[in-house]
Amino acid sequence: MLLDPSLRRVGGAALSALLLCTAPTALLAATPADTLVIADAIDDIVSLDPQEAYEFSGLDVVNNVYDGLVELDPAKPGDPVPGLAESWSVAEDGTTFTFKMKSGITFSSGNPVTAADAAFSLQRAVKLDKSPAFILNQFGWTKENVDTMVTADGDTLTLKTDKPYAPTFLYNCLTAGVASVIDMKTVMEHEANGDMGNEWLKTNSAGTGAYILKSFKPNEGYLLEARTGYWRGDAVLKNVFMRHIPEAATQRLLLEKGDIDVARELTPVDIEGISSNPDVKIQPDVGGQIFYLSFNQKNENYKNEKFLDAMRYAIDYKGMTDTFLKGNMVVHQAFLPKGYLGALEDTPYSLDVEKAKALLAESGVAAPKIVMDVRNAADRMEMAQSIQNTFGQVGITVELNIGEGAEQLKRYRARQHDMTLQSWGPDYPDPQTNAGSFAWNPDNTDEAKVGTLAWRNAYDPGPLNAMTEAAVMEQDAAKRKAMYEELQTKHRETSPFIVMFQIGYQSAMGKSVSGFYTGGAIDSAAYWLVTK
Amino acid sequence: MTASPSASLRLGAYLRAAGSMLISLAATILGLLLVTFIIGRVVPIDPVLAIVGERATEAQIEAARVALGLDLPLWRQFLIYAWDALHGDLGQSIRTGQPVIEAVARHFPATLELATLATILGVIAGVPAGVLAATRPGSLADHVVRLVGLMGYSMPVFWLGLIGLLLFYGILGWVGGPGRLDAVFDMMYEFEVTPVSGMILIDTALAGRWDMWVNAISHIILPAGLLGYVSMAYISRMTRSFMMNELSQEYITTARVKGMPEWRVIWVHAMRNVLVPLITVIALSYAYLLEGSVLTETIFAWPGLGSYITDALMVNDMPAVLGGTVVVGVAFVLLNLFSDLLYRLVDPRAR
Repeated sequence: MLLDPSLRRVGGAALSALLLCTAPTALLAATPADTLVIADAIDDIVSLDPQEAYEFSGLDVVNNVYDGLVELDPAKPGDPVPGLAESWSVAEDGTTFTFKMKSGITFSSGNPVTAADAAFSLQRAVKLDKSPAFILNQFGWTKENVDTMVTADGDTLTLKTDKPYAPTFLYNCLTAGVASVIDMKTVMEHEANGDMGNEWLKTNSAGTGAYILKSFKPNEGYLLEARTGYWRGDAVLKNVFMRHIPEAATQRLLLEKGDIDVARELTPVDIEGISSNPDVKIQPDVGGQIFYLSFNQKNENYKNEKFLDAMRYAIDYKGMTDTFLKGNMVVHQAFLPKGYLGALEDTPYSLDVEKAKALLAESGVAAPKIVMDVRNAADRMEMAQSIQNTFGQVGITVELNIGEGAEQLKRYRARQHDMTLQSWGPDYPDPQTNAGSFAWNPDNTDEAKVGTLAWRNAYDPGPLNAMTEAAVMEQDAAKRKAMYEELQTKHRETSPFIVMFQIGYQSAMGKSVSGFYTGGAIDSAAYWLVTK
Repeated sequence: MTASPSASLRLGAYLRAAGSMLISLAATILGLLLVTFIIGRVVPIDPVLAIVGERATEAQIEAARVALGLDLPLWRQFLIYAWDALHGDLGQSIRTGQPVIEAVARHFPATLELATLATILGVIAGVPAGVLAATRPGSLADHVVRLVGLMGYSMPVFWLGLIGLLLFYGILGWVGGPGRLDAVFDMMYEFEVTPVSGMILIDTALAGRWDMWVNAISHIILPAGLLGYVSMAYISRMTRSFMMNELSQEYITTARVKGMPEWRVIWVHAMRNVLVPLITVIALSYAYLLEGSVLTETIFAWPGLGSYITDALMVNDMPAVLGGTVVVGVAFVLLNLFSDLLYRLVDPRAR
């Protein structure tokens, strides 16, 4: 038997309800003054080796322990800013990128940062070939050729790509955790069985970041300790102590008692309960995950644009975010999450039953019946029921097929679904990550197994294929942005995808805590600016 | 000097008993492995998809299938699984890629510490309460014990945990909060205390860190007290019924007629006989705490085996779930064995 993840919340909901009835207790400053104590669910961490880490919690650590050639500004993530490289340029041919390293920066070991370290790190990512390696493989780098594609000479790092990609595509990808620069000398001292120090780096650090990893205990927590001489300015707080506390109600209790400074996994119920506590403040933010409906175009009905349009107007987006999704989701209707280059923030669709009925009549699809695949998680089932209800008002019958996540995914990957409610998180901080999946499918046959979301829905994007391919090669950043805007507009009007929501997060923290940036949809948390 | 014939006979009987116990132990553990193996194969989770992730290509999926040995016939898969398990290899966690046995070794002491303290509290409170109720049936004391006991096993322990946390930690501030230590100690713990048993109360005492020990007590007392309450409820009911049964026996009447003091009749004569079934009850309730405190561990952010297995379940990490289950199962079997041995000690008939 499998447990629904929401079961973990059952007890929490009970306590939250109880807490609502009690007067908030005063905050006692019980956490050490020089330490930021955070509660979060960190059981997703697989590895803290930056060339392997690919989960939210692990990348939070990587962001504070390592830096890349190119960085994002924690206060306003979006445009890449200089990191360990002070400047960069691209040659006429569009395939040779040159980075000049900053001088005077050291790793926590004291070793100076050189272009050789940067080259080693990128080569190592490709050679280790762990989960996030594909982000760099996109530039034509393979285990065989990476030593010649990525080279160091003095204070200069040269990156060659197999095609003239959009420069912003490369720069954005270099802000990802996998492109973090590690201390070659220290890491190779700990190499075992040709693993390039992978085993050692899973629980140790060798970076330039504001913090060093002092200890990590899976499913329990980690401790970061500030180093002196951080190039962006030393961290204010000497330690960051992360406690793995999966239960939201427990986090809330600890926060209200002052035993933690920041709670990152509170439910909307907890947030509501805590909002009247004068000692606590709440910081809303968005994440990168988007929730969408998609239709399998093996069913010809789902190629009918009027029918698809009818359904776009048959969803109560706002009704859901105002009620059971409050604080959890925001309405978002294009495939690039807010925070990404070219993201569309307008929301042209809203519930309009009459309009939807008229569109359905125009479409000529009579008495449609849809089977909707839904994962057995509480918020998804609630979404599905709302959609089932409003579709019903329009005259579209929806039958829910509720199942376990992995099994649903299997059906989806095998193109066996009719309609499915799914979520998608971007893989790296560039618009290509979603465009390449939602709007790109070069071979729509069953045998092709392209694997993109477009393919899974038997959707042939037609002219959007070429637009996607052109956008990732566009040399001019402003033009590239406009291309993604146009691509998304066309996509949401013609594709069998209905993007509905972007996930929202709310962190609660003691009133005196400030400078806590979660990184939003595109970056990871930054601890070194936090004061309390 | 040679052993007397009766002593060697007794030794032979002992060896025979030990031998048959070992055989049944081996059979039980093999059965346990078989059951967990089958569960691992029938759950509707594709272990390959869980490992390679959503973005994997067909070729990657096939490679992972071969690497996991899933292309072999089932009986061979089982033999490999059992052979590895008997050598302490419970496979690798899908989430972390680390050996399951290492994670279990890290989490089990936390559960053991909690369950042991809870059982001690349950016995200290439950046995006298049961005896009290048995010796005065129908009295006010009997009713109170019955009521308290009834509440103990009818109220869900996670609910009691939440209320307890809210009251004793949230409002009154008498005890430490969730977790095994305050943050200020927790972050320094591994640098200042040498791990010996993995149990904080023991390791801090060995290290002479009494400040930490006191803090750890303040954190463990609430969850241990609650679990102890549940186990007390069970133990007190069973003690009452065993004791009432013994007190109605003729040898008790004889003892009383002979003028033996009542405390001696109850605590020495009757208790010797009550002890035999009571050991089973205590062992069972101890075993139950070793595997059954999942919700308590989650609520109290207790990094024990229960919360490890739950976290693993949430992400369909079946090797971790099954590995944890095997360890709990083995602990169960060993506890049974231990209580069997205890019988032989207290009950001459079982020798």
